[in-house]
Amino acid sequence: MKNIICKSCGYENQEGTVLCQHCGNPIEKNQHIDGNQNSQLLNMRYEGSARRSKTYNKSIVDKLWNFFSSVRVGVWLIAITLIASAAGTIFPQEMYIPPNVIAAEHYRDQYGIIGQIYYQLGFHNLYSSWWYMILIALIGISIIIASIDRVVPLYKALKMQKPKKSESFLKRQRLFGSTEQLSDEGKQNMISNLKKNRYKVTEDNGHVLAEKGRFSRWGPYVNHIGLIVFLLGCLLRFVPFMYIDDFVWVREGETVVIPSTDSLYYVENKDFILETYGDTEEDERFKEALDKQSGMVAKNFQTNAVIYENTAKSVVGEEPNLEMIKEDSIKVNHPIKFDGYALYQSSYQQDEFKSMSFKLHKTDDEQEESLGSFTIDLANPKDEYNLENGSRVVIDQYFPDYYLDEGEPRSETKYPRNPAFVFLVYPPGQEEPEISFAAIGRNVDASGENQFKLGLQGFDVRDVTGLSLRRDYTLPIISLGGIIFMIGVIQGMYWQHRRIWIHPKDQGIWISAHTNKNWFGIKKDIEKIIIDTNVNVVDQEEQQQKEQKEQKEQKEK
Amino acid sequence: MNKIEEAKITKSKKKRRRLLFRSIILVILLAAVVFALVSNLNKDDPEIGVGDQAPNFKLKQLNGTSDSLSLDELKGKGVMLNFWATYCKPCEQEMPYMESLYPKYKDNIEIVAVSLDTTELVIDRFVDKYQLTFPILHDNKGQVLDLYNIVPLPTTLFIDEDGVIVDIVSGGLTLDRIESYLKKIQPD
Amino acid sequence: MGDLASLSSNFLYLAFILYLVATFFFGGTIKDKRSEGTKNFASKMAIILTIVGFISQILYFITRWIVSGHAPVSNLFEYTTFFGMMLVLAFIILYFIYRLNILGLFALPVALLIIAYASMFPTEIAPLVPSLKSHWLYIHVTTVSLGQAILSISFVGGIIYLIKEVDQTRRNKKTTWLETIVYFIFATLGFIIITSSFSAMNYTATFEFPFEDQISTVDYQLPALAGPNDGTLLTENKMSPLFEVPSWMQGVNAAQKFNTLLWSLLTGLALYALSRLVLRKRVAAALQPFLVKVNKDLVDEISYRAVAIGFPIFTLGGLIFAMIWAQEAWNRFWGWDPKEVWALITFFFYAAFLHLRLSKGWHGEKSAWLAVGGFAIIMFNLIAVNLILAGLHSYA
Repeated sequence: MKNIICKSCGYENQEGTVLCQHCGNPIEKNQHIDGNQNSQLLNMRYEGSARRSKTYNKSIVDKLWNFFSSVRVGVWLIAITLIASAAGTIFPQEMYIPPNVIAAEHYRDQYGIIGQIYYQLGFHNLYSSWWYMILIALIGISIIIASIDRVVPLYKALKMQKPKKSESFLKRQRLFGSTEQLSDEGKQNMISNLKKNRYKVTEDNGHVLAEKGRFSRWGPYVNHIGLIVFLLGCLLRFVPFMYIDDFVWVREGETVVIPSTDSLYYVENKDFILETYGDTEEDERFKEALDKQSGMVAKNFQTNAVIYENTAKSVVGEEPNLEMIKEDSIKVNHPIKFDGYALYQSSYQQDEFKSMSFKLHKTDDEQEESLGSFTIDLANPKDEYNLENGSRVVIDQYFPDYYLDEGEPRSETKYPRNPAFVFLVYPPGQEEPEISFAAIGRNVDASGENQFKLGLQGFDVRDVTGLSLRRDYTLPIISLGGIIFMIGVIQGMYWQHRRIWIHPKDQGIWISAHTNKNWFGIKKDIEKIIIDTNVNVVDQEEQQQKEQKEQKEQKEK
Repeated sequence: MNKIEEAKITKSKKKRRRLLFRSIILVILLAAVVFALVSNLNKDDPEIGVGDQAPNFKLKQLNGTSDSLSLDELKGKGVMLNFWATYCKPCEQEMPYMESLYPKYKDNIEIVAVSLDTTELVIDRFVDKYQLTFPILHDNKGQVLDLYNIVPLPTTLFIDEDGVIVDIVSGGLTLDRIESYLKKIQPD
Repeated sequence: MGDLASLSSNFLYLAFILYLVATFFFGGTIKDKRSEGTKNFASKMAIILTIVGFISQILYFITRWIVSGHAPVSNLFEYTTFFGMMLVLAFIILYFIYRLNILGLFALPVALLIIAYASMFPTEIAPLVPSLKSHWLYIHVTTVSLGQAILSISFVGGIIYLIKEVDQTRRNKKTTWLETIVYFIFATLGFIIITSSFSAMNYTATFEFPFEDQISTVDYQLPALAGPNDGTLLTENKMSPLFEVPSWMQGVNAAQKFNTLLWSLLTGLALYALSRLVLRKRVAAALQPFLVKVNKDLVDEISYRAVAIGFPIFTLGGLIFAMIWAQEAWNRFWGWDPKEVWALITFFFYAAFLHLRLSKGWHGEKSAWLAVGGFAIIMFNLIAVNLILAGLHSYA
């Protein structure tokens, strides 16, 4: 490794430098790094500083480092991730297919052979697949290393800027102008014009550097830091303490423990409300649209909930000592929040049975005159019920969610969705019971000899609300990442680093200008600055192209 | 020492520092990626697993003499902790096996069955039907289910006399398999 | 209320007509010998008409908001119309930075096409479902659509650059791609023409077909080229399908949507063939002479500047605000819903665009092709994701 002595000013530059960090003179043997040629305008990328990755390439660590530092690699990674992401939207992801189907069959039946391949390749869970995660991780690594590699030399280069630049540097800027007649007053005028346009002016022996918007050069690095913070936040979600995600069903009137809170919190569902459009006069304006719809259009899902904290330091399963901490409604878009947790309205079931009332009457009584009645609380049925006329009804079997399994009555779940009973009816003074089976819309007398019959008198229903629980301590980190990213992007995109050099000659001056973006803007600035002088600044790139075109046209002629 | 040598030494120092810096950054990044991948792979695994201490709980007991039972009371004995419900068919199938093995191991091992049904009535009828004598507990709020992160029913945990989980089995068990598991948690 | 609703749609008609007239005035500026300046009559009229049209569309927006009680950005018609409005706004902003008439000649037709396309969807004032009832609806949707609109101006710059610069002396890959873009624009026009013609005739043909073990019906508003799989035509005296869609094309409206797509593509083809016959050369080649005076560096800069301005706004609206809202509404800030994924793809694409431009020096033509690609992604997200890849965002 050898440092390079600038031929123009004698400054000692680091190996790999493209433009002398002191005077800007191009270092001949390194021009190829940015694709420069002597005849062309200078490429001002990274101020022509020595990017570390371009210079050392020895050990495996260095090689790896250089790989990730390359913008080319970064863009390829972005492109591959882009295509992979798009592939994941061809068919729905597994989380969006109906919950009660088998994924393998669903993709085959719905989308045929292509669906089957899609499933086999694991595209149905693409975004949580290991290779997609690795892609994202590689982008993250590339962002970090590429930033480290560029920000340090760029910082050094911008810090040590000198107003005096080599003539070769100035001449080969895209915007260049000169004059052989300029009075001192005229030059002072230009300087004060520069200041008027909010340029920061430094002078050195008649050489002038005017600069503005330098901070925008840090924009890319700031937004990359934002992205890193964001990715870090996402990474932390894998720490169980940082991120909790659970779900609970709560029936109206019930108080249940909120899962994943170590039995510390309980929620009560006071009422579940489902409103649809078309009920009120206000909804008249939607009539046309509603008429077109076949079903109902929901207006509001709401749970009136109470949150309790268990203050007893009890063992799990013991009776809690509940203290109310919050009472509020939970609606879609309006979760209830407490102690870092949030409960969201995410599902519901309507009209689950709550209680059923039966009345006893004589089997042959066409009037079905009641001999006594009783109500069963389906969440807590009693063993037996004593009726007014002295009869006794014993519950022999209870099936909350009744179905027939090869002739055998069974319950499908524990929820009273289709309650059924086997009753033993003891008429007054009788020891031998009559057996009868009662369910919604059914009453079966197996023996056919029952003298008494239990008729369904009525029932109560209640709604069930489904609430999602979240605690996400990574949100502040993720938000911070987002904010930093936005600051960085705006800083880099809405401002530009503009520089204008004024170089004194024996007669008159030279003027050159560079901006990292928005040439239109800097040209307008220069117009304002050289007003009242005879300086003529030209866009050398445009000129070159014009000349090329003319040459071409002449050849054709 | 002349200047050239001096420069060489600072250069090689610089080089070594650079290599160290790059290696550290790369190792940290690699560690983060590995962490993400491993966590993603294990995200469906339960929080309580084999080798962990079984967390304590206390539930209402529906049969036998006492009103409630806590796991801590059973320290010193092996515990077969079975999560079940009356509507679950494989649970129903394994109950008679458990009952048949219970008298034999009762002195050293307690069989505890935690029901997730809503109503006591259905559990009572079930207990009567199969004449179950081992303790039947009622977890009607699903708290212990949540504590142990149980998903499918039945799930059975085999816990040794020190309260350490030795095995977790999802799905129904046969008589032989129950017995072989029981032997593993039998205190010496 | 009813009067206000019809007033609202009249404002939209007015805006549409004003944009149309403004386009002709922008066209008039080309022939003008002094076209570099913006001080002549035609260009003054053009920009004034554009601004008046924009104000008229804002009045449509406000009155419709008053009638429905929520910001009119909640279904495909409303959102797409709003996107057209933002496109005009983005054009006006960039016009006042760069004062380039030719930009209007290309930007306004794009806006017109989009607004016309929007009105092919149900325009009734519809109620809001609970998940959309949030202030984030306005914040998210308005910023995302402004961002996309500014990015679309980058496409306008890019296409001007390409029409001007691509060598039209002989047929090559580039001219073919350029003609493909032209064809897609014609196909969009075809969709609008064919849909509105048949809807003016009140054409409906009902089909019956098996769907998920049940018999479903579907109404065709266009004659069926492609009928539903195993379908039967119920309506009398209507054209029976030329062929049936393959069985893997499922979903209640899949066949009907495919039929509409087919019609649009065919009408587009007819329009394109007609243009070629009339022009006797490639469409882009026919346009090229009109752009002789255009400063291609300026157009390239506008195209890039539009990305520089639009990218942060799009990221803010399409990703950050979207995440905040999703966190409030669905308790997860990101759910890999197709619309979300395509917003991410848009973000990735423009991030790559910027890296290529800033670090790899992709200027001029390469940059212009990328701008076209970005617009294709935005349009895909607007049209295909809503209609084909159903998800949480599929309003229609």
